[in-house]
This record gives sequence, C-alpha cells and structure tokens, in this order.
Amino acid sequence: MIDDTSWLIEKLAAEARPVKRLRPPGLRAALWLAAAGALIALAIWRFSDLHLFVQRAQSARLDWEMAAMLLTGILAVVAAFHLSLPDRAAAWALLPLPPFALWLASMGVNCYRHWFTDGWAPGSSWECLKFIIGVSVPLGASLLYLLRRAAPLAPARVAAIGSLGVASIAAFTLQFFHPFEVTFMDLATQVIAVGLVVAAASAYERLRSRRAAR
Amino acid sequence: MNSRDADRQNGAEWSALMARAQDGDRKAYETLLRQAVPYIRAVVRRIHAAPDRSEEVVQDVLLTVHRVRHTYDPARPFGPWLAAIARRRSIDALRRRRRTEAHEVSDAVAYETFADPAANRQEEKLATAAGLNAAVAGLPARQREAIRLLKLRGLSLAEASVESGTSIAALKVNVHRAIKSLRKRMTGENES
Repeated sequence: MIDDTSWLIEKLAAEARPVKRLRPPGLRAALWLAAAGALIALAIWRFSDLHLFVQRAQSARLDWEMAAMLLTGILAVVAAFHLSLPDRAAAWALLPLPPFALWLASMGVNCYRHWFTDGWAPGSSWECLKFIIGVSVPLGASLLYLLRRAAPLAPARVAAIGSLGVASIAAFTLQFFHPFEVTFMDLATQVIAVGLVVAAASAYERLRSRRAAR
Repeated sequence: MNSRDADRQNGAEWSALMARAQDGDRKAYETLLRQAVPYIRAVVRRIHAAPDRSEEVVQDVLLTVHRVRHTYDPARPFGPWLAAIARRRSIDALRRRRRTEAHEVSDAVAYETFADPAANRQEEKLATAAGLNAAVAGLPARQREAIRLLKLRGLSLAEASVESGTSIAALKVNVHRAIKSLRKRMTGENES
C-alpha cells in the first residue's frame, strides 16, 4: 500500500499542469453580489410600482425588516464563498445568523399581530411563494456554479448557506412588488419559501456529491 | 531550534513549494507531496486506526489535494489547508464505510465456493472467458470499469483511481457492488 502511495505521488506530479488560482472569496462574493444587484435593480426600476412602495416604506418596521433581509442575503453569500474553501473555519456559517434572527423575530411579531385580524386568509401567499422560488432558482443556479469552482469539501453546507443568501435577497426584492397589506399567511409563506429553497439546494448538492463519489 | 520554529519553517517551505506547484513546477509538487505524506498519515490515523485502511484514505487525500490545488492561497499557511482536507476525507471515508456496512454484507468466501457441487460447476462454467465477459458486460458502467481495472487488469486501487479519475473509496464501493451483482446473476442462473 505504501508503494502505491509513492507511485501515486509520482503519477500526480508527472501530470501536474499549471492551475489558475481562485480569486479571494470576498472579491468573488462582491462580484456576484454586484451582478445580481444590477439585475435586481433593473427589474425593480422596470417592473415595480415604486410610488406605492415608497408609501409602504413609511413603516419603520418594514424598513428594519428589509434591512435585515438584505443583510442576511449579503452576509450569507459572503459566508458561502468563504466556506467553499477547505481551510476556512466552519464559524463562517454563523455570519448571517444575527440579521436572519432579527428578520425572523420581526416576522414573528408581525405574524402574531396579523393572526388576530386575518386568521388563515390566504392573501397573496401563492404569489409570494412563486416569486421567491422563481427569483431564487436562477440566482441560486449561478451562485452554485461559482461555488463549485472551489470544489467544496462540504457541498451541502455551502449550498445551504448560499441558498439562504439567495432566498433572502429574493424575499427582499419581493417587497418592491408587494405594494399591498400583507396577511399572516403571506408572511408565513415567505418564511416557508426561504426554508424550501435552502432545503432543496442542500439536498440537491448532497445527492450530486454522493453520485459523483460513486 | 524548537518544534514550533521547525513547524513554522516547514509551513513556509510547503507554502512556497505549493505556489510553485500551482505554477506547474512538477519537481516542487512531488517534493511537497512526499514531505506532506507523514503529516497526512498522522491526521488520517487519528480517525482510521487500521494501517491498510488508513493508507487508502491517505491516497484519497492526495487525489483530493490534486483536484482542489487551485483553491490554495499561498498567502495563507499550507498546514491548516492540508489538515482540513485530510480530516474531511477521513470523516467522509468513515461515513461511507458505516453506510456500506449498514446496508451490504461482504462475504468473500460465499461467491468463491458453494457447498452444493452443482453450484460450483455452474460457477466454473460462468468463469469461462465468454461467460465472464457476458456477466461483466451486463454491469452498470461504473461497476464494469471498477471490475475491469481492479480484477481483470489487476491494477492497484491507486493506479485504478488515477486511470479512471474516480476516488479510491468510490472504486471500492463499485467493485463491491459489482461482485454482489455478479453473484446475484450467478445465483439466478443456478436457479433456472
């Protein structure tokens, strides 16, 4: 077996070609966020009703909630690029948790308030779900493609954190296309949609890496 | 020089060697891998005590290092990068082994000799070149490849891994499943 190891080293060295080093993870994250941000800004400018959004944005609670969503998205994407490298600490996964906790807490309070007025009224829940998943899929696919260039050793964890970022950015974008009063079910659906995106992305990457290992 | 100074010097040398290896310096790469193997072995043996099994994981770590060498940043220490890969691959191998042991039974003797003489004659018949080729041809592509490289051509796991571009662990799983499928096929022929 030890002879095999020695033979393997010779073989790997013999076929080693120059490789292009990955750029720093912070820079790669910034480039992806800039590209995604430009596309989203264009869509908001072109398709949303900004006048109605400005009226809704008078609410300080909504402003805090949106800031928490956006910060969760940005920090989760940055964390995913770091986690995709072998020598980065697992603690990077905790980076998006403070704004995510703030967002969930704010949603929780809001859900509780709306529960008494709306009950199970569906509102625009279905539209919210479709929007978050519809925006997350193309953004998530491009992000996973870039994250895979680092050949992450724990692909499911990297995909989970990256997709949390993507789904949070999608939920943030939704607010510009949601110029009406939300119901309890709308809010609950937004959280469920984020959970679905994270679960689907990590399950997909886990399956993919197991299949590749076979 | 104390051991911490030696580690630091070792780390700086490894970082420089890896940077040269990334630029295509084969000699530097071979020197680095040879120097790093005892370190990899030490990390792997903390998780896999059996020497033969741990050596397979060491080879898997080397293949992973080769595959992800573009992710190393020469401005950072090499040791933690290498140790993270070695630990992760060791844990993956352990999980894979537990999964395999939980779902599959390996009994090498069972498909070599049967108590019933008729079954042995069937086995001998199947062992003729044509019978064996037909049986192997019926296997899924990855299992067929594993059997061809490891059993028919007699390559070692490391050689087969380099040739097929598949990890050592995956080759072991595939050859195990291939033998299981062949055994099932032989049993089926006995029954008919």
